[in-house]
Amino acid sequence: MTTMTTHEIPHLQLGDITLTSRLVVGTGKYSDYETMQLALDASGCNAVTVAVRRERLVDDQGRSILDFIDTDKYTILPNTAGCFTASDAIRVARLGRDILEQIDNAGSSWVKLEVLGDKTTLLPDPVGTLEACRELVEDGFSVMCYSSDDPIMATLIRDAGATCVMPAGSPIGSGRGIANPCAIRLCIDLLKKPEHGGDPTYPVIVDAGVGTPSDVTIAMELGADGVLLNTGIALAQLPIQMATAMRMACDAGYHGFHSGRIPKKLHASASSPFDGSIAGE
Amino acid sequence: MLSVLQVNGKEIDYDNAMQLDALLEFLELSNQPCAVEVNQTLVPHNERDQFTLNEGDSIEIVTLVGGG
Repeated sequence: MTTMTTHEIPHLQLGDITLTSRLVVGTGKYSDYETMQLALDASGCNAVTVAVRRERLVDDQGRSILDFIDTDKYTILPNTAGCFTASDAIRVARLGRDILEQIDNAGSSWVKLEVLGDKTTLLPDPVGTLEACRELVEDGFSVMCYSSDDPIMATLIRDAGATCVMPAGSPIGSGRGIANPCAIRLCIDLLKKPEHGGDPTYPVIVDAGVGTPSDVTIAMELGADGVLLNTGIALAQLPIQMATAMRMACDAGYHGFHSGRIPKKLHASASSPFDGSIAGE
Repeated sequence: MLSVLQVNGKEIDYDNAMQLDALLEFLELSNQPCAVEVNQTLVPHNERDQFTLNEGDSIEIVTLVGGG
C-alpha cells in the first residue's frame, strides 16, 4: 500500500504548463488589489485567471492588475468571459495571447475558453464552444474549455482538441457548489476511464459555482484533477482565510479520492467488537 | 492632417503620425501591456510600428483585468 503525505500531491500537467497546485484562482471581484494578492498567495495556486477588457487600462489610481500579480510566480490564464459568439471568443483569445507575449508569461500559450449562451445563466453555448475550440486549437492554443456538466459534451470538447475540459459545478458565481455530482462523475468517467474510451491522464477541472471549501473537496473526491474558482474566495467576508480553507479542502479532496473511500452500506457495521462486551451478561 | 478614429468606441480627432505605435504613444499607452485590434483584426505587438492607420479606422485597445 502506498502512503502519502500532503507534500506528495503530484503536479498537474496541462499541455506545456505544469501546475504545482490543483487550485486555479480567479482575480475578479476582490475589494482591492492588495486583498487579491494576499488571497492568491494564501490559496497556494500558481495559475490565475484574468479577463481581457477595454474599459479601463488602469484603475482610478493609475494601477494595473499586473502590478499585483507576480508574473514569475503565476501563470496567467486569460479567459474569454463575456463572449457570446465563437468569433468574439477567438478575437479575445488572440488579444490575450498578444498581451501575455509582451510580458513573457507562460500563459500566452493557453486560454480559458468561454462561449456563453445567455446572460442570465452564463451557461455555455455548446455549438459556439466547439466551433471556437476547434479554431483556437488550430491556431496553436492550449484550450482549457469551460463546459456544462453534460458528459457527452465533455467528450466532444475533448475530441475537438481541448487540452482540458472544465465542467461547471453550477452556474458561474452562484455558490451552489456541485449541483449534480453524478453528471460530474460521468464527465470524469468518460474522459478518463479507458473502458469508456478515456485517458486517465486527461485533465478535468471543475470550474464555476464553488461557494465553500466542501464544494472543492467534493469536486476532488469525485476524481477531478483540480478546481477553478473565483467568487467563493473574492466575495467571502474574509477572502484570505477562505483562500486558505480552499487550499486545504483541495488537498483533502485529492487525498480522499486517491486513498479509496469505503463502500456505502445500508446497514451499520460496528467499529468496536461485540466479542468480549460485558453488556447484556 | 486631422483624422477621425474610433478608439474603444469613442471618436477622437487625431493629428499625429498614422503608425499604430504613434497612436499608442499619443494615448500614453506605449508602456502599458495592451493588445490592439484595428477593424476587428489583431495587430501583433511587434508589428505596430509598421502598421499604418486610415481615416475612420475602428481601434480596440485592451488589457488584462480581474476575471474568473
